[in-house]
Amino acid sequence: MSTPQARARRREAIGLVLPSLIPILVLSVAPLVIGVALAFTDARLVRNPDYAFTGLDNFGKLVGNDLFWDSLRIGLIWTVGVTVLQLAASMGLALLLNSGLRFEGLTRVLALVPWAMPPVVVAIMWQMIYSANGGPLNAFLGGIGLPADTNWLGDFATALPAVIVVGVWVGMPQTTVTLLAGLQQIPAELHEAAAVDGASAWRRFTAVTWPSLRPIVTSITSLNFIWNFNSFSLVYVLTAGGPGGKTMVPVLFVYLEAFKNREIGQAAAMGVVLVLLIVAILAIYLRAQFRDDRAERGR
Amino acid sequence: MRALVRPAQYLALALYILFLGFPLLWLISASVKSSGELNSLTVSLLPEQWHWQNYSEALDRQGLVRSAGNSLGVALASTALVILIALPASYVLARLKGKVRLAGIGWILVSQVFPVVLIILPLFLILRTLGLTDSLVGLTLVHTTYMLPFALWMLQGYVAAIPVELEEAGAMDGATRLRVLRTIVFPLLAPGVVATAMFSFVSSWNEFFFALVLLQSPENYTLPITLNMFIGGEGKVSLGPLAAGAVLAAIPSIVFFTLLRRRLTGGLMAGAVKG
Repeated sequence: MSTPQARARRREAIGLVLPSLIPILVLSVAPLVIGVALAFTDARLVRNPDYAFTGLDNFGKLVGNDLFWDSLRIGLIWTVGVTVLQLAASMGLALLLNSGLRFEGLTRVLALVPWAMPPVVVAIMWQMIYSANGGPLNAFLGGIGLPADTNWLGDFATALPAVIVVGVWVGMPQTTVTLLAGLQQIPAELHEAAAVDGASAWRRFTAVTWPSLRPIVTSITSLNFIWNFNSFSLVYVLTAGGPGGKTMVPVLFVYLEAFKNREIGQAAAMGVVLVLLIVAILAIYLRAQFRDDRAERGR
Repeated sequence: MRALVRPAQYLALALYILFLGFPLLWLISASVKSSGELNSLTVSLLPEQWHWQNYSEALDRQGLVRSAGNSLGVALASTALVILIALPASYVLARLKGKVRLAGIGWILVSQVFPVVLIILPLFLILRTLGLTDSLVGLTLVHTTYMLPFALWMLQGYVAAIPVELEEAGAMDGATRLRVLRTIVFPLLAPGVVATAMFSFVSSWNEFFFALVLLQSPENYTLPITLNMFIGGEGKVSLGPLAAGAVLAAIPSIVFFTLLRRRLTGGLMAGAVKG
């Protein structure tokens, strides 16, 4: 039985939440539902549209769409590449910052800058770095006697790797800061004990640091994976999917399908496939992580 | 062997600093070089002569100042809306146990995960029905919703840090809940509100995707869209003013993030670890 006070409290709570509920419902939950529903229609981006329910037609068309398959493949390389390199580079930097070097403060501020900048500015900046005429990267390579005429963002072979490097640059700060916070929670005594036992630096990392960081690594990797998979602006401004579609990540492909080809229904179907794909990949990853954890505890 | 560890660590740190810092240095350097020097084949970090005109030229470009104004307006309006909406809700989220809290947290997490590209299609149709595409009001609404989850997340963390006993003491003295909120909770929340507001402002100021989809007429463009147009459309770009414009666009974000560094790290940590 609820007392009058409890009911009054609940009314208050509802009153306080309501202002956020309305925009959330109209601009976030409703689009989600409509977005999935659109995938089963032939909606196009025209005024006064007559949508018709077309069942699984859109999905059927996707199977035969080689460009979409290509974009999935490119998207997977981009996402896995950025996520893994981000983790590796950030782990290195976090370990360095945690080992009591000078310039720690400076490095930390510097590390946050890439993440704070507007993606458009980041893209403009890296276009200058990669530029084939007078870009500093080619100048540097020429200076140490390597070929210095690569058009990094314009060449079929180098465009995707070049874009991945920018993705790593942007995403490193947050991962580094998170890992660093995790490192600082590991009791120093654990390391000291291991050192006294004569464990090498590598052995200390695998036996002490890594197991303690595991939960953080799992969550930051999952989040990075999702963010990288869904990231749009950077690739769009850097290459717009080019050259020759070599950097056409799926999100960009869906955008073009919807707002250039005006095929909203088809684009929504692609969006639904992307969501299912990412959920599936994450489920597999998280399951593997948890199984490892249990195995570890069972030992 | 052991003596080599420190130098090796400093070398590695130097490489990291180079990787993280050099692109920014290069952008700033390009923003003060003359077009002759930018197009020449000799490459150097320091300009032969400092060419500040790029900045005034960037500001002379019609689109740039107007779109900076648009960005400022959208960012201020959506930040105000976000705080106004999130503040009471975050209080409920932090203080009440049970289903409300669970649903709230669940929604915050899902919204971080969901691809905007699927949401943007119906959102575009909804806003078109309301006559709000190609409108700064529409963009403000979208930015508000898009920033709301993270703002709620940050703010409820700050609320949770305020001891409940303070509120109970207030209630004992006979103050109503609203009075307790106004006189005890909100003043203590002020630093959290400032941090959240700064974060929201920067998110909106930097935002590109929604603006790209929604805005069609150049007089409505926000700063990121205008900068993107300068690279793509307008034939031969003058790199100097473009770099200067990019530096100007990045300044508010970098200043705010530097100020916010500590608070953000805490909030993100909580998000990453508990998420």
